[in-house]
Amino acid sequence: MDVGSAGSSSHDDPVLPLLPCRSSRGRRRRTLVRKFLLSDLSHFSPFPQMSSAAESQFHVLAVDDSLIDRKLIERLLKISSYQVTTVDSGSKALEFLGSRVNDDRSSSDSLPSVSPSDHQGVEVNLIITDYCMPGMTGYDLLKKIKESSSLRDIPVVIMSSENVPSRITRCLEEGAEEFILKPVRLADVNKLRPHMMRTKKLKGQEQEQELQEESVTHCEVRSQPPRQHELEIEQSQQDQSQQIQQHQQQKSGNNNKRKALDVEEGLSPDRTRSRYNGVATF
Amino acid sequence: MPRFHGQSNHAPVDIVNQLQKQYVDYLSSLFHEGVLDDQFTQLQKLQDESNPDFTVEVATLFFVDSDKLINNMAAALERSPVDFKQVDADVHQLKGSSSSIGAMRVKNLCITFRSFCETQSYEGCLICLQQVKNECAVLKDKLQNLFRMEQQIVGAGGSVPLMD
Repeated sequence: MDVGSAGSSSHDDPVLPLLPCRSSRGRRRRTLVRKFLLSDLSHFSPFPQMSSAAESQFHVLAVDDSLIDRKLIERLLKISSYQVTTVDSGSKALEFLGSRVNDDRSSSDSLPSVSPSDHQGVEVNLIITDYCMPGMTGYDLLKKIKESSSLRDIPVVIMSSENVPSRITRCLEEGAEEFILKPVRLADVNKLRPHMMRTKKLKGQEQEQELQEESVTHCEVRSQPPRQHELEIEQSQQDQSQQIQQHQQQKSGNNNKRKALDVEEGLSPDRTRSRYNGVATF
Repeated sequence: MPRFHGQSNHAPVDIVNQLQKQYVDYLSSLFHEGVLDDQFTQLQKLQDESNPDFTVEVATLFFVDSDKLINNMAAALERSPVDFKQVDADVHQLKGSSSSIGAMRVKNLCITFRSFCETQSYEGCLICLQQVKNECAVLKDKLQNLFRMEQQIVGAGGSVPLMD
C-alpha cells in the first residue's frame, strides 16, 4: 500500500466504496467528493478518527532547535513514508501535542461529549527529540510527556550528538524507547517502526470495538477524515510549523485550571483548541 | 535543449563518462583529505526525483548558519569580558551542523575549539576561530565545485554516481 511519498499529496485510497472507479480521473473526482463530504460533515458531530492500522500513515513529531537537523530528520522520516511535523522547541512540541489533550480534558470534566474518544486533534505516533535544546531539553520534554496520562503512551526517542552514558541511561530510565546518536541515519529511522506499530496495534484494537458499536453506513464516511487530515497536514506542514513558531507560549501564571492530567503549563486549552481546530478539520 | 533530427540531446557517452570519472575522483579526494566523511554520502542518498536538490539545500543552510555563528563567535571574543559560555554554545551548534552534513574537518576543529572555550583560553579561541573560518571557506569552495560538476553531468544527460 502506498502510504505516500515525500512531497506527494496523492494517496491511493484503498477503500472508498462510494466510488469504485480507480482511474486517475476517478481519483481526482474522489478527492473532490471526499473534500465535499468532509466539509459537509464538519457541521455535524465530529466522528472519531477511524482508520485501521493498515490505512493511515504514522505521524512523527520531530523536535530540534537546529534547522539543519530538522531538515535532515524530516527528510529521513518522509523517505521512510512517515508523515512529519517538525517544531523547534520542547514547548512548541507540547503546544502541538496539546491539541490532542483537549479530548481528555472534556471527558475528565464529565461534560457530555459526543464520543469518549473523539479526536479532533492530530494523532502522533512517535516523538523524536534532540536532547540539547535551549530552554526545555529533550529530557525535560520526555519527562513531561511521561507525566501526562494522555501523552505517555506515545513512544519517545531521544537524539544526541554526544555519547554520554549517564545521559543515555537517564533517558531510557525515564521511558525513552531509544537513544540515537547524531548524525541520524536511515538505519536509525528504520528502528522506529516497531515502536509505532506497537502503539497502533493498541489503538486499532480500541477502535475496532467502537466500530462494532456503530452502524455500517457511518463506517465508510468515517474512514475519510484521517486521509483528509493527512493530505492537508502534509501540505500544510510548513504552514503549521510556521504557525507554531509564531505563537509564543504563555507563562505559568495564565493557567490556574490545570488538572493533574494536563501537561502544558501555562497554556490556555481554549486558545489551543481554537488555534488547532482549523488544522484538524480541513 | 533543441532536438534536431537524428541527434539525441545527450552528449557523447565518453564525455559523460569522463565527467563522471572526474566527479568520482574529486569526491574521493574530498573523503581522502578528510574534508568530508560518510555522513555526506548519507545526505546524497536522501536525494531523489521528488527532492533532487536536497544536498545543495542542506549545504546552503549550513553555510548561512555557519556564517552567522562565526560572526557571533567573533563578536563575543571581541567583548570584554569574553563570554566563553556563549562562544562555546555557538561552537557546539556549529559542531552539530557540520557533523550533520559530513563536514569532518570543520567538526574536528570545533571539538578543539570547545576545549579552548572550556579552559577559557582567549588566544586558543582566536586561533580556532580563524581556522574554522578558513575551513568553512575551503569547504564552500569545494562543494561549489562538486555541485557544479553534478550539474554538468546531469546537463550532459548522465546521472551523478553515488559513492559507497
